[in-house]
This record gives sequence, C-alpha cells and structure tokens, in this order.
Amino acid sequence: MTQWDDMAFDDRMGTVEFRVGERPHIVVDSDICRSCTTKACVTACPANLFAPTSDGGILFNYEQCFECGTCYQVCNSEGALSWTYPDGGQGVVFRHG
Amino acid sequence: MTDVIVVGAGPAGASAALTAARAGLEVVLLERGPFPGSKNAYGGVVYGRVLDDVLPGWYDEVPVQRWVTRRSTMVLTDTQALTVDFRSTAWGEAPYNGCTTFRADFDSWLANKAVEAGAQLVTSTVATGLLVENGVVVGVTTDRPDGDLRAKVVIAADGVNSFLAKQLGLLPKTDAAHLTLGVKEVLSLPREVIDERFGVRGDEGVDVEILGCTRGIAGGGFVYTNKDSLSVGVVVSIDGLAKSGIRPEELIADLKAHPAVAPWVQGAEVKEYAAHLIPEGGYDHLPELSAPGFLVTGDAAGLCLAAGIWLEGVNFAIGSGLAAGKAAAGHVQRDEPLTSYKQDLEGSFVLQDHKRLRKAPGLVLSDRVQQQYPGMIADLVEGMFTVTNPTAKPGVLTLLRRSAKKHGVKLRHLAADGLSGGRTFR
Repeated sequence: MTQWDDMAFDDRMGTVEFRVGERPHIVVDSDICRSCTTKACVTACPANLFAPTSDGGILFNYEQCFECGTCYQVCNSEGALSWTYPDGGQGVVFRHG
Repeated sequence: MTDVIVVGAGPAGASAALTAARAGLEVVLLERGPFPGSKNAYGGVVYGRVLDDVLPGWYDEVPVQRWVTRRSTMVLTDTQALTVDFRSTAWGEAPYNGCTTFRADFDSWLANKAVEAGAQLVTSTVATGLLVENGVVVGVTTDRPDGDLRAKVVIAADGVNSFLAKQLGLLPKTDAAHLTLGVKEVLSLPREVIDERFGVRGDEGVDVEILGCTRGIAGGGFVYTNKDSLSVGVVVSIDGLAKSGIRPEELIADLKAHPAVAPWVQGAEVKEYAAHLIPEGGYDHLPELSAPGFLVTGDAAGLCLAAGIWLEGVNFAIGSGLAAGKAAAGHVQRDEPLTSYKQDLEGSFVLQDHKRLRKAPGLVLSDRVQQQYPGMIADLVEGMFTVTNPTAKPGVLTLLRRSAKKHGVKLRHLAADGLSGGRTFR
C-alpha cells in the first residue's frame, strides 16, 4: 500500500535547522564500506545521508545530520565510521522536537 | 574544581542539577546544543506528576501544548482500524496526567529551574570525554579551549548514545537489538481544525498509540495533538529497519495515507521533521548506574519505558535525574557511597516499574504481536460486525478460529501469549 509522500526529501530536510560546522563530525572510510554487503546505513539513516557509489563504496555528507547514532549502531564494519558529535552549538537544532 | 558536573541539560540532567544545586552544591550543567532541548526529539507526551514534590504547581507554568484528556489505542491493517478510546475530564484538570509539549520549550523550562536553584548552565559545549584518575572519574574534557573541568562527581545525562558511559564500559559500544528509531513530523493545522477533527476543545488533547502500521517491522506509530499542530510518527527497531530495506520516512508516509489517519492530517504542512534513538531494552538491559565518581541517568541509563500500552521516558529521566542529584549531594556533603543512587531508584517508580514490566519490550516487539495479531484481531472484529444475512451469525469462537487460521496463529500460541501477557502486565 505504499503511497509516497507528496514531499520531496530535500523539502523534508529543509524544515530542519542545521548550524553547519566546518569539521565533518562523522567520517566514512569508503574502502571499508566496499567490502560491506548489507550497507544498513543507506536504509536506516533518517536523514538519508549515505549514498552508495558505483564502485561499491559510500558517499557521506555530514551537513544535515540529526546526530541520532543510527548509522554507527547498525554498521557491520568495524572502523568504517568515525562518529563524534559536532562541536558545541553546531549541528541540528530542533525547534519543536 | 566544582562539586558536580552534569553532562546534558535534558530532563535527566536538569533534574539532577536542580536537586544538587538545591542541596547547596556548586553545579555546572553542560549542554552541547545552543539551548536545552535543541538536540532532543520524542513522541510528544510528558507525564509531569513526578514534579509534584520538587516543583509544586508545575502545571501552571509548564510550556504545555495540550493536556491529554483522550487516549486511543489503535490496531491497523492496510484496510482496517480498531480503536479503543478512553477520555476523562479529570485529566484536563489539576494535577492533570499527561501533556503534549515541545522539547525545545520543555527542556529549556526545566533547565531554567536548575539555573534558578543556582546551577551554572553552559551551552554550546561538548563533553568530549571523562578524566579518570586511579579508577575514579574526576572530571570531563570539553571542546572549549583549556576546557578540562574537574568535579567531585560527574553525572552523565548525555542521552541514548552516552559516550561517557561507553568510555567507562558501562554501556556497550553498539546495541542495535535494544534500540529503536523514532521519526516524526510536526504538521501544522489551525487550532479549530484540530479541535474538530479530534473532538476536543480548549486545551484538551489526544494521544493515539498505533500498532500494525510499520509493515511488519517491530514498532508502532503515534499521533499527538499540539495547539496548532500534530506530531505524527513511527518508532521502529533499528535492526528491523536496516533489514527491511524500507526508509523510515516511507513509514510515516504510509501512516499518513492510511484511511483511518488521512482525514486527520489532510491539508497539514510539515513544520519540522525529526529523528532520535530510543533505548528500549528495559530492566534486563540496564547498565551499571554508577562507578567511582560517576552516575548515569535518563536515556544514558536506558531508562525509557517502552512497554506497549505504557510509553514513557521524560518522567523516568526526571525521576532518575532527581535521584542522581540527591546521591551526588549525599556523596559530596556526607561521604555517602554513590551506590545509594541505585538503592534509591529501586525504592522509586523508576526501577519498580521497569522491573515489573521487564518482559514487556520482548513481548510487545515479538513477531506475533507485530505481524500476525493486528490482522487477526481486525478480521475477528470485522467478522463480528459484518451482517451476513441471509447467512446466520457465526459464533465468536468460530470467527476467532477462522481469523487465527487465516493469519497463521495457532490457538496454543494465542493461549501462551495471553498467559505471558497476563504475567507481564499483572
């Protein structure tokens, strides 16, 4: 019964305030991702920040991250993700939450 | 050197800072966001009675959206909906029961109570790690220049991902089996439209909990009314989500398109999309709650209660935070052991409720409850209320057998789950 939302994903993320810092707080080692068969992060990240690349790796953009932790929790590949919080005051700012 | 550092100005941290500051301690309350609540998202209901003793009359000043006077539990299939609906005027009067509120408002309000009690709130500051000497936590490192802070007690209220508790090995580095992901949309609608669609008036509000709307992924959905918006979302097992290949926002779209939900949300615009992890392991997966110089509280301690019909978190964060602040004061002022914190929680609702409902998360997230029972129950009820004349009415037991068989449920499983449900929720 899948009925796709009438909303484009970019518009969805456009409703969220982000104070983007210069330091990527999450870094993906795409070499490790290439040997990963599940790529659970691609499905599970609620901000849809993990994009599979044609060579089997992962392209990641930290800018619109909820800092929720789902990606490192479901990641099967030790060392693929270096995960920290953004620097103080930066990152997602929920106005309602 | 300060007496206490509290990391995280959510409900747990603010409550810990409040009791510690009131006891006369010097308290630093660290918050990594620009203001308390800015990193937090939840379903939508706070049960505030836990504040009765510490903030008498809290309900006159809490930044409430609506008081929940109507609580519905829904079971959905793609084409059916069964709702049990309860309302009480008592929940719309002091001392109230639950209220919808936004975390940016609520957490800021509560943290301000700690500040009024004398705690020093420092925002936009990340506690990047613990300072440990001879096995004792003596402070934190921060991302500020020369940012090391020392204290007699550090209270970790740093949320579900608690890297501080992980540093000490109190929490496992990853624990996907006991975490769920909540995704939510706040949808704007005029106040009078909400009143009309949900049958409420004034500051009355509705809490709808939903089973069977997550395409078989363990979890559930919710709809809450705010003043002039709705909070609509789903909570799903992250393991299940990862294996399903389904994107979380698709699940919200499904829920909003369901024939029983679509009329509520029609014409509403998304004001904010949010996501947050929830620790749902319950009593059997709680971490050690203290270490030398160190206490863990709130989500960091896994204290969300996700027991099917009871879905509570903020009240447990507050309850555990208040106890943590008290234990810190006892330690600093009277040299009492920090282990008194857990004893205190064992005597309060925080661990009593968790202990009583320890089997609930497993039962509620089980395959049969999630994948088979919603359809079975809906078909049973549809059979009961479908008038099939000229055929005579089938008996309820016949209908139950029929719908159980259709959904692959054996009657002995039903009996076993009924018994285990009875034991779990007794």
